[in-house]
Amino acid sequence: MKVIIVGCDLVGVELASLLDSEENQVTVLDVDTDKFERLPPTFKGEALLGDGTDADDLTRAGVGEADAFVALTDEDNRNILAAQLAKHIYAVPRVLCRINDPARSELYEELGLETFNPTRIVAHLLRQKLVG
Amino acid sequence: MYIVIVGGGRAGHSLAKTLLAEGHEVLVVDKGDRVCEEINEEMGSICVAGDGCDTNILLEAGVQRADMFVALTGSDEDNLVACQLAKHRFHVPRTAARVNNPGHEALFKKVGIDITVSSINLVLEQIEHGVPTHFLTHLVTLEDARLEIVQVKIPEGAVVVGRMVGQVDLPSGALITLLLRSGQPPTRPEEDTVLQAGDEVLVVTNRESEEALRRALTQGAEGEGPPTAG
Repeated sequence: MKVIIVGCDLVGVELASLLDSEENQVTVLDVDTDKFERLPPTFKGEALLGDGTDADDLTRAGVGEADAFVALTDEDNRNILAAQLAKHIYAVPRVLCRINDPARSELYEELGLETFNPTRIVAHLLRQKLVG
Repeated sequence: MYIVIVGGGRAGHSLAKTLLAEGHEVLVVDKGDRVCEEINEEMGSICVAGDGCDTNILLEAGVQRADMFVALTGSDEDNLVACQLAKHRFHVPRTAARVNNPGHEALFKKVGIDITVSSINLVLEQIEHGVPTHFLTHLVTLEDARLEIVQVKIPEGAVVVGRMVGQVDLPSGALITLLLRSGQPPTRPEEDTVLQAGDEVLVVTNRESEEALRRALTQGAEGEGPPTAG
């Protein structure tokens, strides 16, 4: 499976490494090349300097052939723009969008975007640990 | 009308002023405290300091009773999210957004933002109109039908000059709908209408055929490549 990951922060690196080790074709996009140093030396995928909300950069990353697209930067609105481009303009079959703000996450879930909200996920996990 | 504007920069500032002068009720939302202070000093208390993508700020701005919502920040992602919130959370009847990166305009339209304004595309259109050798001008894009209406000026030396409309080898699906001839009222061209240099025609076409259409009507003119045989 060809996967594009936008945002090479800790979660992005972790996800890229996992998918790469499972023989997927992974492309990571970030506007800061320093972040690529976090990728493990074993990483066989592609790390591209580029903006996940820019049509030319997305094309260079091969968005037209991608099976999945994950918007993982730490900015909600950038993720929302990138993910909607991938879904509505490039028709990527599977698009996941990280949205930290629960209100925004709910809205885009209703609008048919597959979102995940780390704020809520972590809060629920912690609550479970505390009160069972 | 009650109009909420997100972004109090130069565009938001002038729009607020114009709308106020026309008697509308206006509220501006801007992240910058300084920007807000300036607007409030100049136009009365009409600016809320805060993030236009934050539902609480939007509630404070009374977006739920707005007739129109306009996002004018320099950031496309902020304009997109603000408009989608206004439209789907607060059911504002009309939303408008500035598009800074022309590559985003298609998405903005696709997700239902009613009015999109891309300054770069506007400038390009103006230049297109102004450049005399550019014989084809976009007039209207009909998104849903994937059609567009273009205006083509028949240049001096084009192979179609002196030919009848029915003889012109138009790409399939293209339709000449109106003929504008200097000093005459607009007419609907017939099959036997003879084209003259300087005529302007309005043509409905699909986007894919645009280049073929331009070639069909302007080939032979200077800068438009050699005429084909026949």
